[in-house]
This record gives sequence, structure tokens and C-alpha cells, in this order.
Amino acid sequence: MKIAVTSQGKTLDSQLDPRFGRAAYILVIDTVTLEFEVIDNADNKNAFKGAGIQAAARISDSGAEVLLTGFCGPNAFETLDAAGVKVVNDQTGKIIDVVQKFKQGGAVYAESANKDGHW
Amino acid sequence: MIISIASGKGGTGKTTVATNLALAVKQGVQLFDCDVEEPNVHLFLHPEITRTEPVNAPVPKIDLEKCTFCKKCMDICQFNALAVLKKDVLVFENLCHSCGGCFEICPENAVIEKDRSLGVIEHGSVKGISFIHGKLSVGQVMVPPIIKKVRSYTDPDMITIIDAPPGTSCPVIAAMKKTDFILLVTEPTPFGFHDLKLAVETVRVLNIPCGLVINRVGIGNDEVNQYARKENIPILMEIPFDKKIAQIYSRGEMIIEKLPEYKEKFEALFKKIVQMIEKNRENNGEEK
Ligand code: SF4
Ligand code: SF4
Repeated sequence: MKIAVTSQGKTLDSQLDPRFGRAAYILVIDTVTLEFEVIDNADNKNAFKGAGIQAAARISDSGAEVLLTGFCGPNAFETLDAAGVKVVNDQTGKIIDVVQKFKQGGAVYAESANKDGHW
Repeated sequence: MIISIASGKGGTGKTTVATNLALAVKQGVQLFDCDVEEPNVHLFLHPEITRTEPVNAPVPKIDLEKCTFCKKCMDICQFNALAVLKKDVLVFENLCHSCGGCFEICPENAVIEKDRSLGVIEHGSVKGISFIHGKLSVGQVMVPPIIKKVRSYTDPDMITIIDAPPGTSCPVIAAMKKTDFILLVTEPTPFGFHDLKLAVETVRVLNIPCGLVINRVGIGNDEVNQYARKENIPILMEIPFDKKIAQIYSRGEMIIEKLPEYKEKFEALFKKIVQMIEKNRENNGEEK
């Protein structure tokens, strides 16, 4: 399956970007092959409000089923929820490590926005 | 003649100054409470409300039967209020500024205008003052259109006093722009000083003459006075930190009705403001 991860850079060795709407990039990664597509979120990063909504719509378009990020606000969560994308909050570290950890299972999906998806 | 009363933060006595000044002017005066998130002038003056008017603005509603999910509406929206998904379109009404872009652009006529209530304005009168205030609806955030609506009732033959919202953001600008004078109210504390500086920056951008009222003189230091001198802002009135005044305020009463010496002070304050406005008009080569 495809998962989306917010990232500070364009490779799997980059650090996860905890801010969802204002992340620099979003990597959409195939969990089996580890092939990935880079979504440049830069034009969105500077949005005054609602950046998360736009980023969420892009993730929905990418076909990702899950989003791994640090913090996802209420509007973005509502959008992802409507698009059927599950959200895992409170992620940090290198993208590749986060993905490997996710593959091992046990991810806790957020049920609502903010910090509710604690570990 | 339009005078707006402003302060960088809440709780400086802005409303006290606005209400007492309006009472001191006495006739031919309008008092507009534009602090629409927390209007409180009515709590002091108890005007009789005679008319209520809704303030509405359209938000989009998407007809999913017609929508082809082309995203044109989402692309044109500057405020990110729309999210077009594969089989759904979400509208975030709180982000929508009612610009009308999405209504115009939709090729399928799938965007329907839905009215939302931003708030109401209420008209009334009290003690010879014609009073209007705006009230924001619960959950709404679009303040400037309500302020505009209140200000649309400005009568050029009257003295209009505007109680502006605290702060320095869009709503404050909406309440202060195109006024003849801005009366800043502050208190001589570090917080008061800090917020005054921000307020003065805003006033300078608007290029409107301004003066200062210092409230609760005696509780802090003279930083505010020094700053006013440096910035060439006249201190038009000082209200001491006085138990009597605090009590009058806490009972919701008017200082000028309880303490005769303040009647004179507020009348003098009004005169000074009028003089400054006239002088400014002369300097700008305008007729009176
Ligand atoms: S512009 Fe109209 S048709 Fe296109 S996505 Fe928006 S509502 Fe649907
Ligand atoms: S009216 Fe303007 S601000 Fe509101 S959703 Fe449509 S395009 Fe966005």
C-alpha cells in the first residue's frame, strides 16, 4: 500500500517534518517496493490559513491510504477523514526508520485531530 | 467628524473613555461599539434597542450531483476554504471570506450560494446618544464586514465616536481607517507601554492624527509619558488610579455623572480633539 509521510527533504534519509500543512515535502511511499513520489508542498507552506486542507487534498489525490506526520490540525484531519486517509500523529526521525517501524505494525491511528493520537 | 477610541490591548479603560466622551459631547453624537467580539458599551449605558439587523455573507454549498470534481473552485480560493476530494467537496466555512470566486468559476453551476449569519447590528438610543453596536455570531470569525455595516450608519452631520476593538489586526484597521482622529487609551505599565507602541505603529500607517489618554496614572512608571513626548503624541488627559473611579466603574456607572470635575475634563478633552482635527484639516489645505 501507499503511505504519505511529511518530510523536510526529498529522500528516504530525510528527517520527518512534524508540521503537516507546512511541511516542505510530502513523500508518497510504496511500503513494499519503497519506491516513492515527491510532492513539493512549498507553494502551500506559505499559505496564511488552511495549508493543511490543501496538503490533505493532495495526499488524497496521491492514492495514499495512511499519513504519517507529527501534528495534524482539525481542518486537515477532517479532510483526510473524508478522503478515507488514516492519520498517525507524533512521528519523528528519519523517513526510512518511520516507514520501517510502521511496517512492523502497531501504529495507532488518530481518531480526531490534535494530540489525541498519543502512543 | 469621526473619532475612534483604540488601545493596543483590552482592559485599559477604552470603553470608559468612549462612553464618557460621548456623554460629554451630549448632542448630535453617535456612539458605535465596534468591539464586535465583546461589545460592552451597552453594559454601561443600557441603551434601549429599537432595531436589529442581520449581517450575512454567502458561503458555498456544493451540489455533488452536478460537481465533476474538476478543482477549479479549490484553485481559485485564496483562503483554502475548499477541499475537492475524489468524490466529495468539503467547505470550511470559517475560512471562507465570501469573495465569490468559487461561485463564478464553477463550470457546472455546482456551487450554490448559502447565506450564513456573521452577526447582527443593533440600533438604539440612550441619553441623547444614538447608539449602534455589532455582535459577532457564535463560531464566526469575520469581523470586518460587521464593523463596516455599523459604520455605514455614520452621519456626517454628527459627531461619531467609535469604540474600536483592542489589538492591531484587521478588525482594528476596519474601525480606525477613514476616521478624523484616533484617541489611544493606555495605562502606564510595561504591558500598556508595549501595546501602545504597536498601536502607534498602526496609527502611523493610517496617517491619522492621534492623541493619548493615560488611565490609572500612578500604578506604573513614566515610560509611557517619555515615549509620547519622543513620538510627539499629545497627552490629552490623565485619569488617576483612584478608588472612587474604580468603584464607579465597577458599579457600571459613568464617571462624568458621578464626579462633576470629570464632566469638565471630558468636555475639555473633546475640545482639544476638535482643535487638533481642525488644525490637521487646515494643514492639509482642506476646508472646515
Ligand atoms: S468548480 Fe464546480 S465542478 Fe469543479 S470541483 Fe468545484 S464545485 Fe465541482
Ligand atoms: S467564496 Fe471565496 S473564500 Fe469563500 S470558498 Fe468561495 S472562493 Fe473561497
